[in-house]
Amino acid sequence: MAAADELAFHEFEEATNLLAETPEAATTSRSEQLTPQGHVAVAVGSGDSYGAEDEVEESDKTALLQEEKQQPGFWTFGYYQSFFDVDTWQVLDRIRGSLLPRPGHNFVRHRLRNRPDLYGPFWICATLAFVLAITGNLTLLLAQRRDPSIHYSPQFHKVTVAGVTIYCYAWLVPLALWGFLRWRQGVRERLGPYTFLETVCVYGYSLFVFIPTVVLWLIPVPWLQWLFGVLALALSAAGLVFTLWPVVREDTRLAAAVLLSVVVLLHALLALGCKFYFFQPLPPAHVAPPPRATALPPSILLPPTSPWSVATPDGQSLQAQHERTLLPALPTLRP
Amino acid sequence: MAEAAESPGDPGTASPRPLFAGLSDISISQDIPVEGEITIPMRSRIREFDSSTLNESVQNTIMRDLKAVGKKFMHVLYPRKSNTLLRDWDLWGPLILCVTLALMLQRGSVDSEKDGGPQFAEVFVIVWFGAVTITLNSKLLGGNISFFQSLCVLGYCILPLTVAMLVCRLVLLAEPGPINFMVRLFVVIVMFAWSIIASTAFLADSQPPNRKALAVYPVFLFYFVISWMILTFTP
Repeated sequence: MAAADELAFHEFEEATNLLAETPEAATTSRSEQLTPQGHVAVAVGSGDSYGAEDEVEESDKTALLQEEKQQPGFWTFGYYQSFFDVDTWQVLDRIRGSLLPRPGHNFVRHRLRNRPDLYGPFWICATLAFVLAITGNLTLLLAQRRDPSIHYSPQFHKVTVAGVTIYCYAWLVPLALWGFLRWRQGVRERLGPYTFLETVCVYGYSLFVFIPTVVLWLIPVPWLQWLFGVLALALSAAGLVFTLWPVVREDTRLAAAVLLSVVVLLHALLALGCKFYFFQPLPPAHVAPPPRATALPPSILLPPTSPWSVATPDGQSLQAQHERTLLPALPTLRP
Repeated sequence: MAEAAESPGDPGTASPRPLFAGLSDISISQDIPVEGEITIPMRSRIREFDSSTLNESVQNTIMRDLKAVGKKFMHVLYPRKSNTLLRDWDLWGPLILCVTLALMLQRGSVDSEKDGGPQFAEVFVIVWFGAVTITLNSKLLGGNISFFQSLCVLGYCILPLTVAMLVCRLVLLAEPGPINFMVRLFVVIVMFAWSIIASTAFLADSQPPNRKALAVYPVFLFYFVISWMILTFTP
């Protein structure tokens, strides 16, 4: 209780920062002024926060979770129900937090309040997988409108590919990251690393920004697509980096730099892979600026039977490359 | 019923007349077997304990189930707040609808198999595993609806989309063109809205009030994906 006096009248963010550094401190701080999230307070750690519970919505659950931690066994239904213990406004709040990352704000501490949920990651991944497949198919439809020789097909197998990719990314990469952080932390439990679920939560919510981006990729202007992609990647990766920074900054410089750059690189690879596999550039029937072939990295019209094709070497004109890749798929040549 | 087994001729000395006084005159001895049929005035709903359905004709059996399924179809087409779908759930209707939809979404495999529309198994898996996932989601969020009731509701509410598929297939027999596409788009959108309204009319009440949107959004996604499959069907 020693820190309670100092923390009693501080701003909300400072209180949370201080708490994050000293998790054993027992504090009850109720901020009277309106925080951006409404009238929530942080009451962590001790049982004497019970008296103030009935006025504050979230503090009771946080206190319960922090001090009791008696979760039912993993074979019971109640165990999994504890991961879906979120309300609508909480999910929306977390999504908003992932869309607007701020340098001082750690997603896990500020938004999740150390109460991760599985609803967000699961359904955001599902939505993203379906939206990717659907908008990718829509670009094919738009391409067919422009160039009637392209054959439109529903390409349903892309839904499977999208689903598997997104889910593997959103669950295996956090697993690897969590394992790595655990290994690096070793016995230093002062500022414990995030639990596996918190990592999954961070990754899941950070993928949300790609949903509107993917929809905006329908606009057939190439530089606009790249702009949106880079913007989305920046927002998403920033969220991840700001969340991971407090955990890795105690590590050696090299390890921290390597970890963060690997995280950002994997994220960028996902975004690029999705763009190239699911989205096809419009055929240059009406819009064919020649600098396109050299300004952009080579992006080709993928034939349907080879999902992961390699980009063609530079120096070839876009038209020849277009005709060559269309040939295996179509019986008729473009006039 | 102890009064019936009293020995005869002893109506009781000082107690008032018992309720079934006349029965004490009947003597039931051990060696007369008691047998007969007990018919209950209201026929019980538990059909499997009622042996008379074994003797009925096959037509009766099938018609009874078909009528139950048809009644639920009517409830879906005119969604009101009623409990029939929830109380007497069955999975025949969803199975019929899913198989019909999957069969209609098949196309002749002229093109390469990978590039076409959804195969039968893909539609089946999406419908059933989608419904199971949504049910698990709503139960995990704290809804008080049983597993099979929820599957029943979600399956029956595919009916408007199956009707849309039928209409789309008929419209596609005409010549292709933008009008064709507009008609199909309109029909699919209307039926999609109908499915959502029907399923939320049944499901929304079972969710905690501050999580309704969380439980309804997966239903929206589910029917959206099915509508997309219907809309992009090309023969």
